[in-house]
Amino acid sequence: MIRKIISLFLILIPFNAYGLIEVDITRGNLNPLPLAVSPLSIDEKSRKEFEKLLKKENIGSEISIIVENNLRISGLFNPLDKKAFLQAPDIANLKPRFEDWNLIKAQALITGKVNYIEDKLRVEFRLWDVLAGKEMMALAFTTVPNNWRRVGHIISDKIYERLTGEKGYFDTRIIYVSEEGPKTQRIKKLAIMDQDGANNKFLTLGNELVLTPRFNPASQMVTYLSYFKNMPRVYLLDIETGTQEVVGDFPGMTFAPRFSPDGKKIIMSFAKDGKSDIYTMNLENRIVEKITNHPSIDTSPSYSPDGKFITFNSDRSGYQQIYVMRSDGSDVKRISFGNGLYGTPVWSPRGDLIAFTKLHKGKFYIGVMRTDGSGERLLTENYYQEAPSWSPNGRVLIFYRETKTNSKGEGFSAKLWSIDLTGYNERQINTPTDASDPSWSSLLSN
Amino acid sequence: MTLSKILKNTLLVLTACLVLSACATKKEVATDIQGQMQGDVYTGTDTVEYLAEGVPDRVFFATNESILTTASRETLRAQAAWLRKNPGINVVLEGHADERGTREYNLALGERRANSAKDYLMTYGISSDRITVLSYGKERPVDSGSNPLAWSKNRRSVTVKAN
Repeated sequence: MIRKIISLFLILIPFNAYGLIEVDITRGNLNPLPLAVSPLSIDEKSRKEFEKLLKKENIGSEISIIVENNLRISGLFNPLDKKAFLQAPDIANLKPRFEDWNLIKAQALITGKVNYIEDKLRVEFRLWDVLAGKEMMALAFTTVPNNWRRVGHIISDKIYERLTGEKGYFDTRIIYVSEEGPKTQRIKKLAIMDQDGANNKFLTLGNELVLTPRFNPASQMVTYLSYFKNMPRVYLLDIETGTQEVVGDFPGMTFAPRFSPDGKKIIMSFAKDGKSDIYTMNLENRIVEKITNHPSIDTSPSYSPDGKFITFNSDRSGYQQIYVMRSDGSDVKRISFGNGLYGTPVWSPRGDLIAFTKLHKGKFYIGVMRTDGSGERLLTENYYQEAPSWSPNGRVLIFYRETKTNSKGEGFSAKLWSIDLTGYNERQINTPTDASDPSWSSLLSN
Repeated sequence: MTLSKILKNTLLVLTACLVLSACATKKEVATDIQGQMQGDVYTGTDTVEYLAEGVPDRVFFATNESILTTASRETLRAQAAWLRKNPGINVVLEGHADERGTREYNLALGERRANSAKDYLMTYGISSDRITVLSYGKERPVDSGSNPLAWSKNRRSVTVKAN
């Protein structure tokens, strides 16, 4: 449905990549690529129409600001200050004077224009290699005007993909738990926002405690834990219609839900008589399968992207550690053997890594290891942080961090943070309230 | 007495002294937080409420543990006696964890702690029909502090009247 709203068509075939700029995203990028995002040019008639419709004085500049912010936040690019630009935005129809852009040390240039055509927003943009003096990409989109922010995100994704060779993650949303009130009586609501923090919306009212929302692969449904009527159960929420239903109505607590990669099952824990085991429920026929059967605590299950394996944490060895098994529950293997406790394993969308939370000597770490447990790498250390969730391209992790309170129990806060897989580019993500339990959607269009 | 025997005895006395002094140091550490913790289990009464006179409503646990201490078993025996005298009352056992653990594991740990208390009440004649278990994980601390004493108060199972 989303794909239908935005029709995307190629107006020029991209040039071959050889000899043009490339950004290596596999290592910490300490020298982000300098580039110039020229404000999208707009004719006076279109500008006035969009000002009326969207209450934005110049929608061309607004869209270019979104692109600029996305590229900057990725840590891979350094968008140059517009004040230094020597050419005006109206260059969209012409070949740029590359010398002018070279002079301000821009290696890539983004130009474009916006038109109002039959109640629609039409955006055209081009990516230029300044040193080679060549066009690298040109695309045009037509959509309803209200989608203007998404156009900015899609342009960002296309540029990221063209320059790094990997899919972007800007046209995405984050679902999370909004938190307010004192630490002993937190009020928690489900909330959703664009990846850059815009369009924040609350999905529940805060009447009952809600935790751990996770998207389905199509990013239209969310599974989460709700304490509705003081019965902690796994629920399913349709984001578009707001319909909610209980899926884990077992005689005990169901929790720690996630979707299978085909979206057809929910995998979760069921706690009864002091034991927690992992179960799946098929959403089509409601058939429930027990996957683990052990007197220990087995929880936080996450599927591999091919659906063949499940990673989870268990204290069957005496302490919380990470395990991998086949999706039918056979062949259980412990994979974490470092010092400390390991929890919240999440399989990377690329399939090669598992992100986790580690607790060691009073510190919490977010880290990654290969799926056989080798190559453990800790990305960030803090007083308290947990629950990593992968960007759809598997390059960035989002998680939440809580502060230590003072001796009077004051000063508590919970915030969302992101960090690159390289361990660089750690950033706080702004949310209107305190926030925890983030889950990153897949790319909404591609 | 041979010299070797004298030496042996001296050694024994020395060892005994060492053991004793070790005990003394350990005790000092334990009483460090105003005598409110033993090991890392809370033994104070700050947060405790009473179901009836002499019937405390909660028991406390060590980090990552769900084993009942001697004091906890005493509390639960008092609760069981009170429940036997009041057959019309049902209870909810609310299990909790401290903030130093991942959210989902702590939900399971809270459930395990409340079940530990439930099992003990059942061995003292309380029917499982009268007991509901509810885990809050680390979602409802009683003490918002980030220190060992606060955490020890939060690792608990609280017996709450359901009707």
